[in-house]
Amino acid sequence: MKYVKQFGILLSVTLAAEFMESLVPLPVPASIYGLGIMLALLAGGLVKVESVKGCADFLIEIMPLMFIPAAVGLMDSYHELKDILLPLIAVVVVTTLAVMAVTGKCAQGIIRNRKKRENG
Amino acid sequence: MAGFLEKSLFFGMAVSVIGYELGLVLKKRLKSPLCNPLLISIAFVVAVLSIFRIDYNDYYEGGKYLSYLLTPATVCLAVPLYQQMELLKKNWAAVIISIVSGVFSSLVTVFLMSKLFGFTHEQYVTLLPKSITTAIGMGVSEKLGGVVTITVIVIIVTGILGNVAAESVFKWFHIQEPIAKGLALGTSSHAIGTAKAMELGEIEGAMSSLSIVVSGILTVIAASLFAPLI
Repeated sequence: MKYVKQFGILLSVTLAAEFMESLVPLPVPASIYGLGIMLALLAGGLVKVESVKGCADFLIEIMPLMFIPAAVGLMDSYHELKDILLPLIAVVVVTTLAVMAVTGKCAQGIIRNRKKRENG
Repeated sequence: MAGFLEKSLFFGMAVSVIGYELGLVLKKRLKSPLCNPLLISIAFVVAVLSIFRIDYNDYYEGGKYLSYLLTPATVCLAVPLYQQMELLKKNWAAVIISIVSGVFSSLVTVFLMSKLFGFTHEQYVTLLPKSITTAIGMGVSEKLGGVVTITVIVIIVTGILGNVAAESVFKWFHIQEPIAKGLALGTSSHAIGTAKAMELGEIEGAMSSLSIVVSGILTVIAASLFAPLI
């Protein structure tokens, strides 16, 4: 019955995270606290990777599906946005691609520098 | 038929999953970056809803159980992150510096483009948290006096765009290091980008998960400094 145990651990951590969210007055969602709690439990050796791995792999694999309902809901929001639609699209496209390129290039530069130093 | 589907409890979830699987099959057959499974599934669901004249709210009655799993799924991201801990320790400088530059460039580009288009303060702060995960972004937008519903829309569109465009952007800018790809996806397009990173590989996925957390928290602080500028 390993999946019962795995699912149980994951849901308990999620519940603890929800509780933390209700205590801390910051705009941080339960999911982020939960990620932190889970990481601490794994790093502290209180939970073994094997005790959550199967269930975690399943949920991570189906994660893209979880965005579909909200994304389909965007179709209803056209009238809210129609006045600033074009500038809005321009901002979203430019910033998203810029952030992706800057972050990626920056990380790659530092990593390759380190590799070069280690090899030479 | 439509009457049945409107009342069905499992229609919303089934049609979403079938749409995504269809996207995966098309992607495999056609091998085009335009065949993004997420985009195809959204189009498929929209098409089915309009063919059978089903209201979005009826679809969401079943579909919401997919969204409901998002919190435990995000908790699960700790697992690949933990497994890549060694790699993270070895590359901590690259991780921190690149996420900080990513967050900074997001805020700066939003500021510059808002100036360019003559946005009001309200419109500007609505857009400031656009690259971070929805729940944190909503909080930031609310605190700064933005329109939360529009922030949510912009965040989701940002995520989908990042998910769809990632492979092309990596090609254009010659980004080949798995760590760099992961950091870029998570910092620019949060959890929806991370779903893409998970497809690319374990390292990409772990780095992307980490970026959601770090960039989210950095933006909470930095956005309040940028907010008074317009």
